[in-house]
Amino acid sequence: MSKQYEMVIGLEVHVELATKTKIFCGCSTAFGGEPNTHTCPVCTGMPGSLPVLNKQVLEYAIAVGLATNCEITKNCKFDRKNYFYPDNPQNYQISQLYLPICRNGRVDIETENGIKSVRIHEIHMEEDAGKLIHDDWYDASLVDYNRSGVPLIEIVSEPDMRSAEEVIAYLETLRNTIQYLGASDCKLNEGSMRADVNLSVREVGSEKFGTRTEMKNLNSFHSIMHAIKGESERQIDLLESGESVVQETRRWDDAKECSYAMRSKEDAQDYRYFPDPDLVPISVSDELIESIRAKQPEMRLEKKKRYKEEFDIPEYDINIITNSKHLADLFEETVALGAQPKKVSNWIMGETLKLLKEKEMDPEDISFSASHLADLIKMTDSKEINSTVAKEVFEKIFFEDVDPKKYVEEKGLKTENNEDLLLEVTKRVIEANPQSVSDYKSGKEKAIGFLVGQSMRELKGKADPVAVTEILKKLMS
Amino acid sequence: MSKLKNEILSMTALELGKAISLTEVGVREAVEATLAQIEEREADVHSYVTLDAENALRNADYIQKKIADKELTSPLAGVPVAIKDNMCTKGLLTTCSSRILGNFVPTYSSTAVERLEKAGAVIIGKTNMDEFAMGSTSETSAFGPTKNPWNTGHVPGGSSGGSAAAVAADECFFALGSDTGGSIRQPASYCGIVGIKPTYGTVSRYGLIAYGSSLDQIGPLAKNVSDCVAVLSEIIAHDEKDSTSVDYDITALKNALDGDVKGMKIGVPRDYFGEGLDPEVASAVKEVAKKLESAGAIVEEFDLSLVDYAIPTYYTIAAAEASSNLERFDGIKYGYRTKEFAGLHEMYKKTRSEGFGPEVKRRIMLGSFVLSSGYYDAYYLKALRVKALIKKAFDDAFARYDAILGPVAPTTAPKLGDSLSDPIKMYLGDIYTISVNLAGLPGISVPCGTDSKGLPIGVQLIGDCFKDDRIVRLAYAYEQMRGEFPTPKGGIE
Repeated sequence: MSKQYEMVIGLEVHVELATKTKIFCGCSTAFGGEPNTHTCPVCTGMPGSLPVLNKQVLEYAIAVGLATNCEITKNCKFDRKNYFYPDNPQNYQISQLYLPICRNGRVDIETENGIKSVRIHEIHMEEDAGKLIHDDWYDASLVDYNRSGVPLIEIVSEPDMRSAEEVIAYLETLRNTIQYLGASDCKLNEGSMRADVNLSVREVGSEKFGTRTEMKNLNSFHSIMHAIKGESERQIDLLESGESVVQETRRWDDAKECSYAMRSKEDAQDYRYFPDPDLVPISVSDELIESIRAKQPEMRLEKKKRYKEEFDIPEYDINIITNSKHLADLFEETVALGAQPKKVSNWIMGETLKLLKEKEMDPEDISFSASHLADLIKMTDSKEINSTVAKEVFEKIFFEDVDPKKYVEEKGLKTENNEDLLLEVTKRVIEANPQSVSDYKSGKEKAIGFLVGQSMRELKGKADPVAVTEILKKLMS
Repeated sequence: MSKLKNEILSMTALELGKAISLTEVGVREAVEATLAQIEEREADVHSYVTLDAENALRNADYIQKKIADKELTSPLAGVPVAIKDNMCTKGLLTTCSSRILGNFVPTYSSTAVERLEKAGAVIIGKTNMDEFAMGSTSETSAFGPTKNPWNTGHVPGGSSGGSAAAVAADECFFALGSDTGGSIRQPASYCGIVGIKPTYGTVSRYGLIAYGSSLDQIGPLAKNVSDCVAVLSEIIAHDEKDSTSVDYDITALKNALDGDVKGMKIGVPRDYFGEGLDPEVASAVKEVAKKLESAGAIVEEFDLSLVDYAIPTYYTIAAAEASSNLERFDGIKYGYRTKEFAGLHEMYKKTRSEGFGPEVKRRIMLGSFVLSSGYYDAYYLKALRVKALIKKAFDDAFARYDAILGPVAPTTAPKLGDSLSDPIKMYLGDIYTISVNLAGLPGISVPCGTDSKGLPIGVQLIGDCFKDDRIVRLAYAYEQMRGEFPTPKGGIE
């Protein structure tokens, strides 16, 4: 390959909003549920039914728009996108084409070369479709409208990204921002965040864009990385062999790690967009925008800066903790209850992440209370329990949110502080293990470890090993 | 019983409601009289698509009890009503007079129907109409045409032809219709009854199967103005289920029935009396203006521009919306599905080809065309701009006048079969009614005479948005001066 190529990538990201009810009716958005149980005449496209906008959808869309530095369209409208498909009960999707709620925004991402801005073309609100299930046994297709009418926003970026790493950084920033806002849980694997990648390649230095393809069905960062790599190589190979790239939509097959053409530009449907006459134009007041702006939480970049100034914890820890609003909230709440930041950070970075990984959970799934973690830290600080017991209690807190004070009390896990008892036990251990004692006395420092272990065993693990070591040392000196 | 039956049937809705409240007539008696009349007239007139006799009788007893218990106090409690078949009625077939909805039984009622039921009106059945309200004669119904009770060789008008005919033939005491381009006013005019299309947004559209969503409006058809106002008083209300629904205070409307029109200003557009208007219709309508003038109103001729643009604008917008509104009828979820097909695409194609009639297909194609990429700006967007100009022309007129007076339709009811052969001619017949829908205005049609063939002529009064009370005031005053309007004698020309 003689020429140098660069990728030009723009993203269309769909995000399912975390509203309790659907965008145009009062049905629940809860995941799961028996097919067609979260439905009504509106979200099943019954004749004569009419949509009414859920105001929370508008507020979330504005919140995301403000957080991505967008202009808010004060007179926005919904349009109908007409196409026939059984998962789409009206055979039109209510979306926004002509006057989307947000435009001309910017997301700042961290790259190897510092901060880079990715421009946002627009953010629009729309409804999700239902789900088709093919029944091979009966050779029939069934449709479940529980997802029909679940609110989505589509965030369309400008073609500003130049590598897979930038795409991932953009998506992580976007996900993080939206999670911080509480507007969505943004889970790629569950489909509450979906990304379509528009990609073209061109020679380095060229001003002109190449022909782009759009890739769909990317449901993890892993598949996005691979799809970008695969598609850019495919396009470069085509150009190198004198062929041209066809503008088309391609579907990524995660298992086979390759993409195949779904439809070309020629097959593109005419969606006959026009303003939905059932929904009145939305007039967004300055008051609404300002009230949403006032409620915006501290975003990750600001939070990171503040953590660096306020807390004496490593930058690595700060990065991990602030990557999830849930972890950051847990950290801050625990610190606010009087726990030392470094210790809180250690519990999060250590045991919490370990258990999350073991159980394949997301930080958002954490359900224990900060006060229980704070109590646990206090109990270890005051040597009420030792570190082994603390880890055992933490597991209980993590899974069952137990009150550590009660739990330690009930299970009798308190550290044994009775000096006489400690003396008696350690004396007994020394008498029973003359070899270890003589090893220690002859300079084998390690031999004391065995004696500590034996003593702890006799004390059923409920002593402070540091104190036990001190007593043993004193007795043998 | 036969004398009693005719006595009951000759009453207006309010007269019957009063008689029921005074226990002079029982609800069951009223329903039975209506059903007997239907039995007698339906074969000739065919107003109904679906009769709900059994339920109507059952409800009659239930409502009678509630009236006795003073739980129902509406002046329409116990009065039999017919509902146009494009309004959903829970548990009762709702077809839009289309094969594609031939088996559709809704699980919910439209808000307007629900409100009437709550007031104690007794639903007798669902009335015939042009398929999906597309047509001006009720001949595009998949279930055969409705005929004009005045002369069954003529059409009753449309698209609410079944509702108008049912009222005129005493097959109900009042009816609900819907008006997208004149579909209440024109059949009311052809059938010699009163019909009101209220201001857009005053009556909820929830449960009304949409034709042109930005133009559709539910309204009453009844024997006189007072009945229509009584119906409006029940169905006008803000509805959270309809985003285009407004909160409208009906006090002025209720107080408009006193005959006082002194000083009210009426504009008569010269443009409405030009070429194509039947001279008999023209003179009957002008007679109304004179009568109102004699009662103290000020009548003035003026130029209402843009009348010529109303028809292309209307058919562009209505067809565009219809093409999208009717997409949901696809054989997947409810309604008709073709018997044999290979694959999804063919299922859609055959279902819709077999399920829709020719006029509906024509408008779906027209609407799809004007919305398609490359034509959107030239047709749909331009039509929206003309619509805004038409609204502006009316705004200017209403800065000077309380109401605009003119004909409802260029002629009286045409003969059966005369209109469908030439759709453009049929579309042109809507010239006086459609701009009212484009501008969202209220309009009323009141009988003002008969032509030499003995067919009724209607006068139309158009008001400014939310000034429904003013046209009602004028209409009522005229009606009082006019006196009793004859009832149809039937027969075929």
